[in-house]
Amino acid sequence: MTDDKALILEAHDIEKRYGGTRALKGVNFGVARGKVTTLLGENGAGKSTLMKILAGIEKPTAGSLRLDGHVLELESPVHAMDLGICIIHQELSLCPNLSVRDNVFMGREVLRSGGLVDYGAERRVVRELMERLKEHISPDTLVGDLHLGRQQIVEIARALSLDARVLIMDEPTSALSASEVEVLFGVIEDLTAAGVSIVYISHHLEEALRVSNNVVVLRDGEVVDRAEAADVDLPWIVSRMVGRSFDLGKPPAREGFGRAALTIDNVSVRDSSNPERLSVDGLSLEVRAGEIVCLYGLMGAGRTELLEALAGRTPLASGRTLLEGQDIKGLSIAERIRRGLALVPEDRQRDGLVQSMTVGQNMSLSSLASFVKGLLINRSAERDRIAQGIREVRVKTTSASAPIGSLSGGNQQKVVIGKMLLADPKVLLLDQPSRGIDIGAKTEVFHLLAELAKQSLAIVYSTSEVAECLGVANRVVVMSKGKIAAEFDAADATKEQIMVASGEEAVSQATGEGLR
Amino acid sequence: MSLSRAKVRKPSWLSGGFDLRSVLLEGRAFFALIVILVVFSVLSPNYLTVSNLLVMSQHVALYAILAIGMLYVVLNGGIDLSVGSTVGLSGVIAGFLLQGVDLPGDVRAFPSVWVTVVCVMAVGALVGLVNGVLVSRYKVAPFVATLGILYAARGAALLIAKGATYPNLQGFSEFANTGFNRVGFDKILGLPTGVIVMVVLAAVASVVLNKTAFGRWLYASGGNERAAELSGIPVKKVKVRVYVFSGLCASIAGVILTSELTSANPTSGETYELTAIAAVVIGGASLMGGSGNIRGTLLGAFVIGFLADGLIIVGVSEYWQMVFKGVVIVLAVVLNTIQYSPRRRARTDRPAGGEPTMQDSKTLVATSER
Repeated sequence: MTDDKALILEAHDIEKRYGGTRALKGVNFGVARGKVTTLLGENGAGKSTLMKILAGIEKPTAGSLRLDGHVLELESPVHAMDLGICIIHQELSLCPNLSVRDNVFMGREVLRSGGLVDYGAERRVVRELMERLKEHISPDTLVGDLHLGRQQIVEIARALSLDARVLIMDEPTSALSASEVEVLFGVIEDLTAAGVSIVYISHHLEEALRVSNNVVVLRDGEVVDRAEAADVDLPWIVSRMVGRSFDLGKPPAREGFGRAALTIDNVSVRDSSNPERLSVDGLSLEVRAGEIVCLYGLMGAGRTELLEALAGRTPLASGRTLLEGQDIKGLSIAERIRRGLALVPEDRQRDGLVQSMTVGQNMSLSSLASFVKGLLINRSAERDRIAQGIREVRVKTTSASAPIGSLSGGNQQKVVIGKMLLADPKVLLLDQPSRGIDIGAKTEVFHLLAELAKQSLAIVYSTSEVAECLGVANRVVVMSKGKIAAEFDAADATKEQIMVASGEEAVSQATGEGLR
Repeated sequence: MSLSRAKVRKPSWLSGGFDLRSVLLEGRAFFALIVILVVFSVLSPNYLTVSNLLVMSQHVALYAILAIGMLYVVLNGGIDLSVGSTVGLSGVIAGFLLQGVDLPGDVRAFPSVWVTVVCVMAVGALVGLVNGVLVSRYKVAPFVATLGILYAARGAALLIAKGATYPNLQGFSEFANTGFNRVGFDKILGLPTGVIVMVVLAAVASVVLNKTAFGRWLYASGGNERAAELSGIPVKKVKVRVYVFSGLCASIAGVILTSELTSANPTSGETYELTAIAAVVIGGASLMGGSGNIRGTLLGAFVIGFLADGLIIVGVSEYWQMVFKGVVIVLAVVLNTIQYSPRRRARTDRPAGGEPTMQDSKTLVATSER
């Protein structure tokens, strides 16, 4: 490590356990004074956990933090803020119904002697901050009226008003357009010039390389390598990030697929939070019966938006989708399910399960109508189908009448998949089916997909973990900024190719890897 | 995994664990009812008599019929403040029709009792439909939408009745529309018709909740609307129907009340919506939606009704009655919070950023703690 004077914030042998899981296994990490230190790693590598510890949100199980060489124990995020360590979260923590001024001073309003808020003084400070950030945002603008990129600037202004010396930015560009990213990078440059130290986390490797001075790569809770950004390139980072964590084996043989089950023709979807931006931008894709397509992309690449639009949750801005040759425009979610198009959503707690119901009741939710005899549900038919579903997707539960919350995350996910399977789909869409489940369950879920494809189901699943692209899918489609950046036959794709393709198109051309 | 043991959940009154805390919590309305019966029968010898129980049941029936409709709305995660006004409006419509309706051409029509009842129920369903469309289609918050309808329906009732009461609704034998007073007042097998209507309605409502697809949809869309929608459940249709049902229940209660009084007062039914909500809450339903059942709601209605009548019988002042009622309701809500919140919090709380959750980590524990 470099000498102590150069480091403002240091983490020594940090360990963090969640239950029996070690999210961080003795991490040493230093934040260079006045520099941008970037933390890279795949999902689950421990980046977010480390950031939370640095920002005082979580306490380490073991290890120590030093600020300016002095050991410190962070009690809370507020304590960290008092010491000048601020974090800007992936999801912004602003109140959209309040003005920029109110947001900057939220919780620590400037008061006059009478106890009233001194709006004039607050306004003055905000104007100064915006000048410093070279942004023309009026203190009285409602935050809700600003685009995400400028909201981020407000967050930064708030951090600066706290005299932040260390600014932690967690995936700041994931929701930004290209021009907004440029603005942000300009601000970052100015900040470091003014002596602020920045910890930057991003999945966008190319962007990260551009903005950072130092690079630290994290894998499975350990620092695998560190270097100066000038000395490294994309292949170097990718080779260190990937490791050999998760392998599903050889990709399946390309057998004769059936006819086109799902045709996506030049589809665009508007971004719900920023209507000027298209989260899916003129995307075309055809999936055949029996085929498994993996949709790989970084956060904000538009995978979820695409899948939700296909399922009928959000309208298309343009283009059309055909299910077995028939346009499904205007059909409700229920009608799409009836015709054989089912989605397993990304967030199973929020979108997949009804927590107040049992395993069995969750399982039969999508296919309930098929058990109705006369007016009433035919209980024994339902019971049989549920038992069959539990068997097919291998849910480990004491009984179908157990509360859904008593299952592990992996088994809950299997229930959501089983629910959609009971509806007899022809096309199954799965949005990050491996999210938040352990490796054993992950393997089971992917093997299940392979089995289903053999029964000539067309399957599309999305993932942001490159290891999950290979081994199951017949085809890997890489999405970036709402478009297809590259398409690989799974038989001859490599993890490195896929990762590089997911960055920017410019990168893929520069590296000259075998794209389309 | 044991498939042989796999079974669908039994109707709610057959299931349940043997954990003392949950028995006490789940059976709180039942225990409260027993306490009320014991306390008042000690305080007054007239309390636990057959005739008084019948009178009290008649009062309870009104609350219970409203509360059954309210339960459906609450299960959906909504609330219906308009039912009290719908009771009043229903009575007025009944009075209006029974007095005879002037038709063009010097004709005065006297609809028969059954036609009247059907018309009144149609009006109740219509009020519910307005609520349902406002809430599901125009996304008005249920509280606000039904508050608006509370005023509108009450105003309509006062306008139709011109602020006065329709007296003497026995009907006219010469026009063959007598008997309205008997609709809610007659006794069948010794039970007031109101009580019988309550029992039938409760039985039907319970079957719908527990044995039909609609019931399951209602529980699912109340428990997690997003998940229900993505599962292909017509959540909007469910929502509209729930408010229609509530309006229908309110009009049935209106008919019974009007018949019992043989007069229709446009201001009757005021604050009944609050009593109905209280019954539902005391019965253990979650105001967040997704849990609750008919059994609990009936018990809740009995608790409220028997408590109110008991306080009157032992001569507690009207002001103290209000205080007692309020305390019981608040207590019920506090108990509800205890019942629902820790479980929910535990289930939704998990570390962000794709880290394995505590539940997920079981297999990892095995490998990492060698």
